Amino acid sequence: MSREVEDLNRRLLRARDAMDRAFAEPLDVPAVAAVAHLSEAHFIRSFRAVFGETPHRYLQRRRVERSMFLLRETDRSVTDICFDVGFTSRGTFCRTFREIVGEPPSDYRRGHWPMVAPHCFQMAATRPVGAARAAGAARAAGAAMRSSSFGDAFAATAP
Amino acid sequence: MITKLNATSVKVLDQEEALDFYVNKLGLEVGQDIKQGNFRWLTVRVPGEPGTEIFLEEPGPPVHDEATAEQLRELITKGAMGSLVFNTDDARGLYETLKARGVTDFTQEPTDHFYGTDMGVRDPFGNAIRILQPKKVARAATA
Repeated sequence: MSREVEDLNRRLLRARDAMDRAFAEPLDVPAVAAVAHLSEAHFIRSFRAVFGETPHRYLQRRRVERSMFLLRETDRSVTDICFDVGFTSRGTFCRTFREIVGEPPSDYRRGHWPMVAPHCFQMAATRPVGAARAAGAARAAGAAMRSSSFGDAFAATAP
Repeated sequence: MITKLNATSVKVLDQEEALDFYVNKLGLEVGQDIKQGNFRWLTVRVPGEPGTEIFLEEPGPPVHDEATAEQLRELITKGAMGSLVFNTDDARGLYETLKARGVTDFTQEPTDHFYGTDMGVRDPFGNAIRILQPKKVARAATA
């Protein structure tokens, strides 16, 4: 592996870390691509090649994982949690949550309880993969390529 | 019965750069530095805790063939090669110290949890490092 590839991977990892840290903020693709010092299109293409999913899908899974945590650990309403983790509409949040987790947020809350485990373990272990991951990632890729916003781009353009 | 962890390893792309990060930035101390041909047994450890050495291992011959080393280097830079977890007595103070020493790749600022305060950082190659300040547990008074 060349030094160029090592450097590219490292910059993409830095951008992925930025999404993990700032998931609740209104991130857009150009801002995260800038962390990796790449153009928007090059960033999306490279991220998918290295990590196996689009940056948009990665951010969705991060936001849903955080919402799962808040549903388990707090009494906050589904609407409040939706905004807490960076979604801008409850409808989009519930659709995305159901697609990734396989059940609506309210059902997930009824079936799960607080987890006694370190934060880093919960973050890794409960990150949802989603039964429809492959198909969803493909659709998200198309959506992300068409939009410069992470926000609700997928929901706004998905069939 | 196993009685303690003696040594572990973290895979790095460059031992000299790793040494600078783990000693001059993170604050560990050099354990052993032994060269045998192309192989360098270079370890660091927590100051005052000589019991566990961390081998800063550069993939390559004679331990790895070139194809395997290339796979390992790719995984390191993707952040997929595991992590180290350290304890500290002051997570927020250490965070400020690391920033002052030029560390920028924080994955998580100090955050409070039921078990204590933890933070995350990556070494220059992509390896994840977690640092925990355990919550102090009040002890019952005894006569």
